[in-house]
Amino acid sequence: MTTTLAPSTDRASRPTGIPGPSPRGRKPRPVGGLVGSVALWAYAVGALVPLVLMVLNSFRTTADLYNKPLSMPWPPSVDSYKVAWTEGHFGDYFLNSLLVTVGAVALSTAVSTMAAYALARTRSRIFSVLESVFVSGLMLPIHLAILPVFYLLDGMRLVDSRFGLMLVYAAAGVPFSVFVLTTFFRQLPPELEEAATIDGANTWQTFVRIMVPLVRPAVATVVVFRFVPIWNDFLFPLVLLRSREKYTVPVGLTSFFGEYSTNWSALFAGLVIATVPLILLFLVATRQIVAGLTAGMSK
Amino acid sequence: MTRRSGLFFVAPALILFGIFVLYPMASALSYAFFSWQGTARGGFAGLDNFHALFTQEPFRSQLPRAFGHNLAFFAGTMVVQNTLGLGIAVLLHRRPRTRRALQTLYAMPYLVSPIVIGYLWTLLLSPTFGPVNALLRQVGLGSLAVPWLGDPGTALWVVILVSAWQWVGFPVLLYGAALGGVPEELSEAARVDGASHWQTFRSIVFPLLVPAIGTVSVLTFIFAMEAFALPYALGGSTGNHDGATDFMSLLFYRTAFENGSTNAIGVSSAMATLLFAVIFGGAVIATRVLRRTEERIAG
Repeated sequence: MTTTLAPSTDRASRPTGIPGPSPRGRKPRPVGGLVGSVALWAYAVGALVPLVLMVLNSFRTTADLYNKPLSMPWPPSVDSYKVAWTEGHFGDYFLNSLLVTVGAVALSTAVSTMAAYALARTRSRIFSVLESVFVSGLMLPIHLAILPVFYLLDGMRLVDSRFGLMLVYAAAGVPFSVFVLTTFFRQLPPELEEAATIDGANTWQTFVRIMVPLVRPAVATVVVFRFVPIWNDFLFPLVLLRSREKYTVPVGLTSFFGEYSTNWSALFAGLVIATVPLILLFLVATRQIVAGLTAGMSK
Repeated sequence: MTRRSGLFFVAPALILFGIFVLYPMASALSYAFFSWQGTARGGFAGLDNFHALFTQEPFRSQLPRAFGHNLAFFAGTMVVQNTLGLGIAVLLHRRPRTRRALQTLYAMPYLVSPIVIGYLWTLLLSPTFGPVNALLRQVGLGSLAVPWLGDPGTALWVVILVSAWQWVGFPVLLYGAALGGVPEELSEAARVDGASHWQTFRSIVFPLLVPAIGTVSVLTFIFAMEAFALPYALGGSTGNHDGATDFMSLLFYRTAFENGSTNAIGVSSAMATLLFAVIFGGAVIATRVLRRTEERIAG
C-alpha cells in the first residue's frame, strides 16, 4: 500500500487539462438529476441540524428548554455562558486547552520540519531507516500505551502537569508531520540550496531562510490537522491530569456535566465553548483540513 | 547536506518520538508478561495475565461482550459508510459547483470532539426535554419517543448511529477523491456501448473504487476497535446500564484505573496487548485481502 499526498481532493486527483473528450460532445451529466440535488441538500441539513440546535439551545433558559423544547431562542439569553465560563470554570479549561494545543503543535511542527528536511535531502542508509521508523508511527495506536506513558511521566514528575501532556501530544504528532513535510520537501528542486551555498549560506541559514518559507503550505496543513485531534483528545488528559484547575476542555466537560446536570442551557453553552475554536479554524483553513484528511489516502 | 548536519536536524524529533512514543509502546507490550503488586513490578508471569482475561470474573463475561460491541460498531459503521457515504459521493460527483460547499458541510460534525458529540446527543435525546422526542410527539409518533439511551435495547444502536452520523463525511471525501481519479473516457465509452448508469457504475467505476473502499475499511476497523470518547460520553465508563454500551477501551480504562485489584496493571496491559494484536492483525489481513481482490479484478 503506497501512500501519496493529495494536496487538494477534487482538483488535484483529476488530471487537469484533459476534460475527457465526449464522443457526442456533451458534458457528463450528474447522477440523479434534480432528485439527487434535493437529497444532497437534505442530507446537509441533517448533518448540521444537531450542531445548530446546540448553538440555539445555548441561548435559551433552562425553564424555556423544559417548557417549549422546539421553540426559538428569542430573546437570546447569554446567562448560560456566564455560568459555564466562570462558575463552571470553562475559562480555565479553555486557557489550558489553548496552551497545551498550541505548545504541542508548535513543538511538534518545529522538530518535524527539521527532521523532514534532513530526510528529504540525504541519501544514506541510516536516514531511510529513520524515515521508516517515523512513518511506522502512523500505525501505532498510542492510546494503548497510556499506562507506560503514565509511569514514564510519573518518573519525570510530569503527571498532573500541562507541560507533560504537551510533550506527549508533540511526540504523537511527529509521524504525521514528518510524513507530510518530507513529501513536500522532496518536491523542491535542489538547485535552490546549491545557489544559497554558493552565496555563502550555511546549512542552517539555508534551511531557515530559503526552505522553511517554501514549505509554508505544508506547514499550514500540518498545523491545522494536528490542532483538531489534540484539542479534542479525551483519554490522555483524563488519565494524566489530576487537579481541576489544570483540566483541558474535554475533561472539564465531563466534570461540568456531573456537577451541572440540571442546568441544561449551561450544558449546551459548555458544548459550544468546546467547539468554537474548531469552527473558527475551519472557517479560516477549510483547504488545509481537506488536504490533511486525504493525506494518508492510498492510491 | 552532510551526514553530521543531517543527524543534527533529525535528533530533536527522534528524541521526542523515541521517549514519548516508541519507548512506551515497547514497554506496553512487556508490562503484560509480568505480575504486578500495585505499581511495583513482580516476577515474570508468562501468559498468566492473558489466562486471567478468559478465566477470571469480571473479565470472563465482560471481555467477550465488550468485544462484540466493538464488532457491531465496526459492522454498523461499515454499512452506513458504504451505502450512504458511497451514495452521496456518487451523487456529488460531476456537480463541480456545489461539491466543495456540500463536502464542507458534511465535514462539520467530525471536526467536533466525540466527547462533545456524545454529550450533545444525550441532551438531544433526553426523555424530559430532548427535542428529538418532542418532535416525535408533535408529529404523532409519540409511541417512538422512548428513552433512547436509558433502554439497553436501543443504547448500542444510538452509539452506532451517532458515530455514523458524525463520520459519514469522511468516506464521502475519500470516495469523492477516488471517483475523481476514474477516467471519464471509460464510463463514457461504456455508455456509448449502451450500458445504463447502474451497469457503468457496477462494471467500470466500482472496481476502480476497491482500493478506496479498502482504505476506508481499514481506517474504520482501527477506529471502531479504539472507540472510547463517544461511548464514554453517551454511557459513562461502565457502559450504560448492564454494560449495554461497554467497549474494549472502556473495559481497559476501568481495569487500569478504576479497579482496586493489585494486579490491575498486568491484566489491563494484557488487554491492551490483545487489542493491539487485533487491530494490527485485522489491518494486515484486510490489506492482504484487498490486494488479492485488486489483482483478481485486474487479472
